[in-house]
Amino acid sequence: MREPILSVRDLSIVYRTGRRTSVTAAQDVSFDLYPGQSMALVGESGCGKTTLGLGLLRLLPRLGQVSKGEIVYRLKDGMSVDITGLAKEELRRFRWHEAAMVFQGAMNSFNPVLRIGEHFTDTLRSHEGEKRRTRAEITARATELLSMVRLEPERVLKSFPHELSGGMKQRILIALALALEPQVLVLDEPTTALDILTQRSIVEQLHELRERLGFAMIFITHDLGLAAELADRVATMYAGRIIEKGSAEDVFYEPRHPYTVGLIKAVPPVIGDLPELSSIAGSPPSLADLPSGCSFHPRCEWAVDACRETVPSLTVLTPRGEDGGHAAACLRAGDIEYTRKVVARA
Amino acid sequence: MPEQTESAPLLELSKCEQIFRTKRGDVRAVAGVDLEVRPGKVLCLVGESGCGKTTTARAAAGLTRPTAGWVRYKGEDVNTMDSASRQAFREAVQYIHQDPYASLNPVRTVYSTVTAGLRRHKLVKTRTEARAKAAELLELVDLTPAESYLDKYPHQLSGGQRQRVAIARALAMGPQVLIADESTSMLDVSIRVSLLNTLGRLRDDLDVGFLFITHDLAVAKYFAWDGEIAVMYLGEIVEQGPTPQIINDPQHPYTKALISAVCEPDPRLAREKKTVRLRSSEIPSLTALPSGCTFHPRCPLFEPGLCDASAPPLSLINGDARRLACHVVARDHGPARAGAN
Ligand SMILES: Nc1ncnc2c1ncn2[C@@H]1O[C@H](COP(=O)(O)OP(=O)(O)OP(=O)(O)O)[C@@H](O)[C@H]1O
Ligand SMILES: Nc1ncnc2c1ncn2[C@@H]1O[C@H](COP(=O)(O)OP(=O)(O)OP(=O)(O)O)[C@@H](O)[C@H]1O
Ligand code: SF4
Ligand SMILES: [Mg+2]
Ligand SMILES: [Mg+2]
Repeated sequence: MREPILSVRDLSIVYRTGRRTSVTAAQDVSFDLYPGQSMALVGESGCGKTTLGLGLLRLLPRLGQVSKGEIVYRLKDGMSVDITGLAKEELRRFRWHEAAMVFQGAMNSFNPVLRIGEHFTDTLRSHEGEKRRTRAEITARATELLSMVRLEPERVLKSFPHELSGGMKQRILIALALALEPQVLVLDEPTTALDILTQRSIVEQLHELRERLGFAMIFITHDLGLAAELADRVATMYAGRIIEKGSAEDVFYEPRHPYTVGLIKAVPPVIGDLPELSSIAGSPPSLADLPSGCSFHPRCEWAVDACRETVPSLTVLTPRGEDGGHAAACLRAGDIEYTRKVVARA
Repeated sequence: MPEQTESAPLLELSKCEQIFRTKRGDVRAVAGVDLEVRPGKVLCLVGESGCGKTTTARAAAGLTRPTAGWVRYKGEDVNTMDSASRQAFREAVQYIHQDPYASLNPVRTVYSTVTAGLRRHKLVKTRTEARAKAAELLELVDLTPAESYLDKYPHQLSGGQRQRVAIARALAMGPQVLIADESTSMLDVSIRVSLLNTLGRLRDDLDVGFLFITHDLAVAKYFAWDGEIAVMYLGEIVEQGPTPQIINDPQHPYTKALISAVCEPDPRLAREKKTVRLRSSEIPSLTALPSGCTFHPRCPLFEPGLCDASAPPLSLINGDARRLACHVVARDHGPARAGAN
């Protein structure tokens, strides 16, 4: 069997919120990502998706910190390394070369006074290691990267960020992230706030790049449609935990955690019959004040007394496929059924 | 089900045009649009960013005066009606702003925002009554427990919560028409559905008519299933018809592109789906509109000499149920096709 390119074990991340207080924004997260695979992290706002994504590259803000667990990457040279133990300088060598990230909302955070060409120079120069590229080499590489994301290099390199559309900026960010050929790319909400046709072109772009370059991808989204479209595997997060994971088919067609069922029942399809849609009662809990037992229990229509006391662990339901197949963290996972009522035929 | 007789439109836009005079020249943001909103029905306006949806909605709400054409409420021109009728129109037709950050007064509490209209018109007598009414409205939009929101200020709320406060405010006066501009697009899926279902009850139980704006065709399908979809491109309606027909059997290449661009929340369907590729992803500038059909530089069906020569008229197809503006489709399928599938 092949080996994962990234293995996360029991990872917890805390934010310090006061002198003596902190919140756990990611808790006991474990998963494996295999070479070339794409995994979607889905869940409502505030459930910890960005926190986990940043944690995977040790890019957490100052008040955030990995409090426990392992993040093991298999590097290009075949060695494995747990990046939770890396020093600053080693992390610098790791990032961009082995794993890179496109941040949530980064389209709006380009340095407005620098032309796109200078953004490429900065990135390539500051991360290239020993061999320093010449200006001509940098331009050649930037040109290559921009053509790869279907932009006109000559025009774009000379442009300032404000002269470009949101979709163009997102493509540039993807090209920058791929500049040093990472094996893992983390994308945080890559299509949010883009127009529908632009979203579609980014999706197609990611399909194409993945086919061509073979990197593995973790993308964070609150759009289940995007997950269905791009993911081989899907992980649902709730209140800092992964509460279900499996192949896209497992999770979409046979969801076994009531929260995943709730999310799926809330999303309108465009193809086919018109289903009845329903919302999940209540709202997500505050991290500072999580319910006892299963943190979903106050909103859950399947909850029984035991749910108030026991924290359910992520348990394998069907062991088919990699990363433990299909797993859910629900005491009643065996009873959960997903059915959809049709209100009008197409 | 018995055949429903169509009720008279509450709100009508005819030949509505909005030209903005700017330094770079005239911007024709809305170019002669005809739309009708009927009681208990949804008219959904879809299209890309900048195509004129908000400008149309603002004219419909009487917030701007169109540079040509009319907006009529119950048959009366809203820009020339007397002040009593205008007052009635202002109460009956509520506009829910696209951006909840811009639309809520930062120094007013939620209670104060939601009940402003009621207090102004003395529809609540005491503060206790006003608070009870405000709580009821907040519960309607799923801000629960309502008491915990009444005394909050906008900066203490998330974007989604602000959007719901804006909707609660619009509901306070018992509107007959709601103009909802992307009101649900920035919300999490569960909250979005909960709001859509709340709005759906107003539509079905209280006969509120909707001008509903979204760029998400799946949301349009869900909310406007018994109503209509109008597809807008560069200020013009390019296709319009009953929602099931537009979604299941789109005719205009632009509508096809919009529908096929939606990410389907079903892995197998998503994988099998064919998407329409446009010739260009750039939206032309309103100050330099392409000749003929303004969609021609992006259109996969473009035929030189036909599409760039004259603008296709918005003509009836399929009896009188649908309207379409495309030279090529009209020619190849005939102007009046027999029943769509
Ligand atoms: N710097 C910080 N200090 C304290 N708490 C934080 C910090 N950053 C995030 N949090 C909290 O951690 C939780 C998870 O936040 P995160 O940004 O990871 O969520 P998310 O799932 O990415 O949400 P969204 O979909 O809105 O982007 C939230 O409750 C948030 O308030
Ligand atoms: N006051 C104004 N002066 C000049 N141009 C304007 C003005 N208001 C809007 N426009 C232009 O009119 C066009 C239509 O804008 P509008 O806001 O109606 O689009 P929209 O379809 O609502 O877009 P979005 O989906 O981004 O909300 C745009 O090109 C916009 O720049
Ligand atoms: S463990 Fe209990 S409360 Fe949690 S999701 Fe399962 S049934 Fe619901
Ligand atoms: Mg986030
Ligand atoms: Mg708008």
